Amino acid sequence: MKLYNGGKIIAGIVVFLIAATFPFWYGRGKAVRPPDLKLDTPVIQQLKEKLCVEPAPYMRANHMKLLTVWRDAAVREGNRSYTAINGRVYTISLTSTCLECHSNKKQFCDRCHNYAGAKPACWNCHIIPEEVR
Amino acid sequence: MKNLGISIIAVVILLMLPIGAAAAEWYSLLTVALPYGALTVFLLGFIYRVLLWAQSPVPFRITTTCGQEKSLPWIRTNSLESPSGLFGVIGRMALEILLFRSLFRNTGAEILEKRPVYGSAKWLWLFGLLLHWSLLFILLRHLRFFVEPIAPFINALSAFDGLFETGVPTLYLSDLVFLTAATALFLRRVVLVRVRYFSLPQDYFPLLLLLCTAGSGILMRHFTKVNLIKVKELATGWVSFSPVIQEGIGPLFSIHLFLVCTLLVWFPLSKLMHMGGIFLSPTRNLANDNRMRRHLNPWDAPVRVHTYEEYEDEFRDKMKTAGLPVERE
Repeated sequence: MKLYNGGKIIAGIVVFLIAATFPFWYGRGKAVRPPDLKLDTPVIQQLKEKLCVEPAPYMRANHMKLLTVWRDAAVREGNRSYTAINGRVYTISLTSTCLECHSNKKQFCDRCHNYAGAKPACWNCHIIPEEVR
Repeated sequence: MKNLGISIIAVVILLMLPIGAAAAEWYSLLTVALPYGALTVFLLGFIYRVLLWAQSPVPFRITTTCGQEKSLPWIRTNSLESPSGLFGVIGRMALEILLFRSLFRNTGAEILEKRPVYGSAKWLWLFGLLLHWSLLFILLRHLRFFVEPIAPFINALSAFDGLFETGVPTLYLSDLVFLTAATALFLRRVVLVRVRYFSLPQDYFPLLLLLCTAGSGILMRHFTKVNLIKVKELATGWVSFSPVIQEGIGPLFSIHLFLVCTLLVWFPLSKLMHMGGIFLSPTRNLANDNRMRRHLNPWDAPVRVHTYEEYEDEFRDKMKTAGLPVERE
């Protein structure tokens, strides 16, 4: 196989391969464990029935949708009460309902959100209680 | 319209395949074998095509008439359009690769009052440029699923892309630009009669494929949510060669992944190879130094020449007898 300008061609292919396989060499081939969440805040430990607003699988899949619904209800409609599927009524508030139990934002919210690079703009408006204290 | 129909049917079949595979629970095929296979085809196919091109000799410099070549000192040289050295070539290539300068020169022709009228036509250049740059942004943003911890530049890029913080989650500008540009380029092939006339199935196909891929991605981000932790587990599994078979991330994710794999396989087989080809455009990457250097054609047959010295050696006696002057006695 006779290559013309072989040096430049090979150099170009090497650059292409290095760029195209970036994720392979950047992580040095180490397997990454998905984050584990901490649910042992004082408030959660005192709960008799460890239940979030809705059941955990639902929350895992839909918390972002629920929070958007809550935002619209509280901010746009002035409605601050939410009735869950099981009939319980909750006050719509990120800071005093969600974060009351999940007061460990760094070990709870941030673990997954940093892992997935999902950065919603919650904290542009909301305060983080642990940081205020 | 037949060509358009063929590519629409192809894309519809491609949309149904992953749904079928997910229904048949072929998750190891869908989430492990197929991505590895597609990436291998992409990398090896890409290199193969480039090596194939590199076997063509490039004996002469193709000069173009868009700029004044280097000449006498009092004639102004256009060193970007007709460069004579390495730096000029690098400049011309950079303009071509980053800003699509050749497309900027695109002209359109129209019949106005029974006369052909030629004018500048920048739409193809504009949407082409928008499509490619937004695709690059989208591609780099996706790295957040492949590397852990996420490199700062990836987060910075995502933040810049979602600069206006429209909605939750933020609408990425590149998504919007990409959909607009791809739709415009697709409509160009459908609506403009002359462009439709020479459009082949393989012209519509990548645009439809990209539109469906982007569409499924946007649906996943903004409408039906997917479990990003599972997605990242899958993607980091691939790159650390310890793949995790993920089941049930969702039908849209299956479609998205399958279409990306199709794109990777399609890439080296099709005109998408212009990604590598643009670097090898002879009218762009060859310096115009024909008058400074002699370029020899590598396939010239050796010509047997008979020099004057040899001629004189052969006929010296006869020349002397005839009284002709000779150079050596």
